[in-house]
Amino acid sequence: MSETSVEVQEVGGGEFARTPVPSSKLKGWKSFLGMYAGEHAAGTEFMIGPLFLAAGASLKDLIFGLLIGNILAILTWRYIVAPIAVSSKLTLYYQLEKIAGKHLVKVYNVVNGVLFCFLAGAMITVSASAVGIPFGISFSVPENIFGLSSPAFSLIVVIVGVVMAIVAAAGYNTVSKFANIAAPWMIVVFAACGLSALAQMNVDSWDSLLTEWDKGVSVVQAANGKVDFGFWKIVIFSWLCNAAMHFGMADLSIMRFAKDSRAGWGPSVGMFLGHYMAWICASFMLAAQIKLTGDISANPGALAWSAVGWTGIICVIVAGWTTANPTIYRAGLAFQSLFPAKAKSYSGVILAGLVATAAGIFPALSGKLLDFVGLYGTILGPMGGVIFVNHYLAKKMNFTQDYADQKGSVFNPAVLLAWVLPVALGLYFIFMQNLFPAYAVIPCWVASSILYVIIMKLQKS
Amino acid sequence: MKILKLISALAIGVLILLASILLFLGTIDASKLKMFMLIGTVLWFIATPFWLKEE
Repeated sequence: MSETSVEVQEVGGGEFARTPVPSSKLKGWKSFLGMYAGEHAAGTEFMIGPLFLAAGASLKDLIFGLLIGNILAILTWRYIVAPIAVSSKLTLYYQLEKIAGKHLVKVYNVVNGVLFCFLAGAMITVSASAVGIPFGISFSVPENIFGLSSPAFSLIVVIVGVVMAIVAAAGYNTVSKFANIAAPWMIVVFAACGLSALAQMNVDSWDSLLTEWDKGVSVVQAANGKVDFGFWKIVIFSWLCNAAMHFGMADLSIMRFAKDSRAGWGPSVGMFLGHYMAWICASFMLAAQIKLTGDISANPGALAWSAVGWTGIICVIVAGWTTANPTIYRAGLAFQSLFPAKAKSYSGVILAGLVATAAGIFPALSGKLLDFVGLYGTILGPMGGVIFVNHYLAKKMNFTQDYADQKGSVFNPAVLLAWVLPVALGLYFIFMQNLFPAYAVIPCWVASSILYVIIMKLQKS
Repeated sequence: MKILKLISALAIGVLILLASILLFLGTIDASKLKMFMLIGTVLWFIATPFWLKEE
């Protein structure tokens, strides 16, 4: 059925949750540059960057590993996500409902929404760490993963979270406009933070930078113990830290607004500025802090305050905000499917904002960010594999495309098996064999894809 | 509109980026950088929404 033959209804306040995006609402690929620039130059970059230094990565491995990993991530968006998004113009959740059935997709939606909320919660924590600086409220990370910081910090998290939820509920366009305004400024501030950190370390050559870097690594490892974070681990992490968005197809919900597949290049600027320049600059800030004070804690607010003062504080808050908003928005779309059709369009977003705020109260969750992003890619990514084979292989391999929609099924067990079995195996290796979570993403995605094809072929025969 | 765009460009190009490069080169000190950056930030958020909205 062509797009124009579909009666387009504005469901969910014009966000087209259950209908293709109409032509009048499509955006050119350049608008995705701003959207993604804001998203990937985020508050969490202030946390992830320093973790590379803390994990013992060499500066050369970091520079070349991030380069390759980011290129792979962009290619994944361009050639796996964008063509499907432009073709179907549906949200991930509605696309999945057509394949898996509405009952199964509700299970997936809850899992998806909760994981997105935890990610948004980490961003709220980061923003709150900056808000606390002017009030002298420190950001401490308790040992226990569900331990609380000080009551004052928890209160700041609640205030920041509620404001973010209200703004996210205003809709995609509001978020996109604010991200577009803030993105160029934010990126320049990230660069300024890096230059300021280099000045704080008195770096005047490549050799002196390497020396200061290695000193920083030594200090952190003397305190926390020696760990290894080599070249390929950096490549895999930087490629798959957004696996839920690209391999997992979550960004179908964003790229469905695209006029053509070039929107797949949208993340390119954001990735190189956010997941390359910003991570490296943030890691320099920790190296400078270690040199100046000996403090090894990666407190985003304090790092930015030390480097560039009030502008750094504002940047951390805005960066956390512009990232948390689309994340809460995505989670809101996931939760929206749980509400009756007559429910207000912002119900899901408000619920997602509240869950994210609750998650943000536990600061230790944000300290496990490297593991968490790999874990959520492992859990959510495989459904993207099912969508991929449904889109490209169903007709070629003679099995039913959009099975649940075609057969009137509310629960497609083939999807459940193809999702759960590889993920269960992946989680076993992560939690029982201490596998680095990002390593499990692609094997699970490939296994789910193959398994879905096999089951559908067996079912047909 | 051109004036607003110019203000935005100067705000992040000169008051933030150039100032941080000058700090790195040792031409200005950290307190001046922080002041310039704050002024640049305020100017950016005042000027940019007007012309970005139009585009």
